[in-house]
Amino acid sequence: MGATRRGFLKGAGLATVGAGLGLPILDPARLAALPDGVRESGPLSRLAIVVDVDRCRLDGVRQACIEACERAHNVPHLPDPAQEVRWIWSETFGAALPDQVHAHTPAERREAPVLVLCNHCEEPPCVQVCPTGATWKREADGIVMMDMHRCVGCRYCMAACPYGARSFNWRDPQAFVPTRMDGSPYSDYPMRTRGVVEKCTFCAERLREGLQPACVEAANSVPGGQGALIFGDPTDPSSEVSRVLRERHTVTRRPGFGTGPNVYYVAPAGAGAAADRGGPS
Amino acid sequence: MIDRIFHGGLRYRLILAAGALMVLGGLVAYAHQLTNGLGVTGLSRDVSWGLYIAQFTFLVGIAASAVMVVLPYYLHDYKAFGRMVILGEFLAVAAVLMCMLFVFVDMGQPARVLNLILHPRPNSVMFWDMLVLSGYLLINLVIGSVALDAERTEAAPPRWIRPLIILSIPWAVSIHTVTAFLYAGLEARPFWMTAILAPRFLASAFASGPALLILLALALRRYSRFDVGTKAIQALATIVTYAMAINLFFVGVELFTALYGGNPHHTEPFAYLFTGIEGRGALMPWVWTGQLVALAAAVLLLVPANRRRHRILAVLCALVVGALWIEKGLALVVAGFIPSPLGHVTEYAPTTPEVAVTIGVYGVGVLVLAMLYRLVLNIRERFEMA
Amino acid sequence: MDDRLRIYGGAVAVLAVLSFPAWRALGSTASGTRPELPLPDSAACVEDAAYMTAHHMDLLADWREAVVRGAETTHTSPEGITRAMSLTGTCLGCHDDHEAFCTQCHDYAGVAPRCWDCHVGGEGGG
Repeated sequence: MGATRRGFLKGAGLATVGAGLGLPILDPARLAALPDGVRESGPLSRLAIVVDVDRCRLDGVRQACIEACERAHNVPHLPDPAQEVRWIWSETFGAALPDQVHAHTPAERREAPVLVLCNHCEEPPCVQVCPTGATWKREADGIVMMDMHRCVGCRYCMAACPYGARSFNWRDPQAFVPTRMDGSPYSDYPMRTRGVVEKCTFCAERLREGLQPACVEAANSVPGGQGALIFGDPTDPSSEVSRVLRERHTVTRRPGFGTGPNVYYVAPAGAGAAADRGGPS
Repeated sequence: MIDRIFHGGLRYRLILAAGALMVLGGLVAYAHQLTNGLGVTGLSRDVSWGLYIAQFTFLVGIAASAVMVVLPYYLHDYKAFGRMVILGEFLAVAAVLMCMLFVFVDMGQPARVLNLILHPRPNSVMFWDMLVLSGYLLINLVIGSVALDAERTEAAPPRWIRPLIILSIPWAVSIHTVTAFLYAGLEARPFWMTAILAPRFLASAFASGPALLILLALALRRYSRFDVGTKAIQALATIVTYAMAINLFFVGVELFTALYGGNPHHTEPFAYLFTGIEGRGALMPWVWTGQLVALAAAVLLLVPANRRRHRILAVLCALVVGALWIEKGLALVVAGFIPSPLGHVTEYAPTTPEVAVTIGVYGVGVLVLAMLYRLVLNIRERFEMA
Repeated sequence: MDDRLRIYGGAVAVLAVLSFPAWRALGSTASGTRPELPLPDSAACVEDAAYMTAHHMDLLADWREAVVRGAETTHTSPEGITRAMSLTGTCLGCHDDHEAFCTQCHDYAGVAPRCWDCHVGGEGGG
């Protein structure tokens, strides 16, 4: 009796292991889909945003950008700030760009609010660490995408992001998505479920329709916000983004990490200059 | 052999009952977590890994430490470890199982766990971690059951087991190195991004694992007829002593490198742990206790007389396990997230459901280990009574 | 005698567990016949009904991969009509009540796809 039972257990164990090893073979096409996050020869185009620090100072501008993004994507407002979901938000200049401030940076500059979002890096560490390919850098335009269907919620990408750009759905977000008066959501963008990571995707779904990202469009339609966010292709010499990058002094967040962020900050003309002018130029 | 797995004295049944209770509590808490999301834990946008992943890190070390017994016995014919080896291998099995469970309970979408196999991404260290941990579990299960089988039939183990055993030695080192690489490759976390992380992990593993093994061996000696032998315990105690010394040296090296240069990216996490930042320092009592206890235990272990007296040795081993649990199972993971990439200090404290799930996973380990050791005792008793 | 009790008792328990799907539905009010699905009176579907009944899950999975991960965003039906590859946009555009249409049949078939965990809301975009 003992020998056959042991044999059965061994056989069952081997069968389970064999089935597990065979899983990828069930669909070889999936195994072939490796190059999601890997770019081969040269970028086709790239997308970048230039943030004008001065124009961002206006509360109305920042609020318009943030609200437009959150409405376009049904981003929830969680009651606990520790577990909030943020795609684009305000941080102080000193917190967002610590390499650009020093001991004598005036408080007025250091405390100035700027918009921060996912930088869609050239060498994104989040893509490098994702074990399922739920996040990857799109070859065609360089956007670091999110596949909410594949994300297993391991949050390795959140540990890897040097910019704190990613959020996790610690609970079901749908009860916390702001809706219109009649209860309908502001947009039909699929809401998310608990247990997946999300972040800014440069409004890939809007780009597909030929629209600008929601935040850029919102900034441009608010008084004083025109040009607060400039969106375009930095590899195209004729784009507005290229022009600004050529003509103005721009910086990125944490350049020393080698991530190659694609969100640039136009440094204000001088410390306190905006305050002297009483607003953006 | 397996039919006797639930038979045993009162003590054994109490252990099984305790384990079952732990698992039950864990299941209830996990159901709550599955329904309501990981928000029921103390985790946050800034501190996105906590107790679960920290336990995983600590237990990978325990699992890897089996190599400290396997290597001398199989590679260098150190006969004294004859009876200790099976205990080490089965401890490794229980530890790896718990590791995998801790990763599972930490996942936001556990139903999608197969995505890790269906969509392999070799660029991710987590992919490799999954592979090496699964492989290690398999290897140790096979080696353990073959060794046990050989004992039961009083025959020599089959010859093919030897290459597998040799393989398990670098494999054990690899599981903890790969786990260290999970952390050490992240530019975003300067607290972790240090070349000495993998050696530190191994040193603390080789101290805490054998220390736990000593405690288990002493308990078995006291409460059953299974005696690994004084020589085996003494040899392990020596290993714990040296590993503790090396571990403390590595901690010292880390402290010097981070603090002497004064780069705030490196000093701030240490400052959070040891002195608090902006008045926030929830881990301070833990970390100070842990380091002082580690130092005391390491020094006391250096005295051979302390190692020879089993009561003192047991206390010292318990202190070693406790201190290293604080270091790896609490401080290391949390401090990596503080301050956040934007310079904010968000503290972390586990919630009750989180602790209950953790206890539940440990309960699985208790059950598995108790049942595997029951098998070992059964074989041994049959052998000795024959 | 002790063993026989255990063996027979265990066998009964295993059989009960294995046949659970069969006896679980006993006494439930769910209909045993295929549900009548409310069909929209608008234009033809993306593919014909027989194909959709058998393959809509594969179609949606392909659409998901194509839209989220690939470059394709439009589907051309055999009649030559091009539509956006969108669950909420195209499918729910006509089958606007997913409870009445989708869920009824899924309940009958005993499957629980998780689309509705996220794809809630109005038309277009999802």
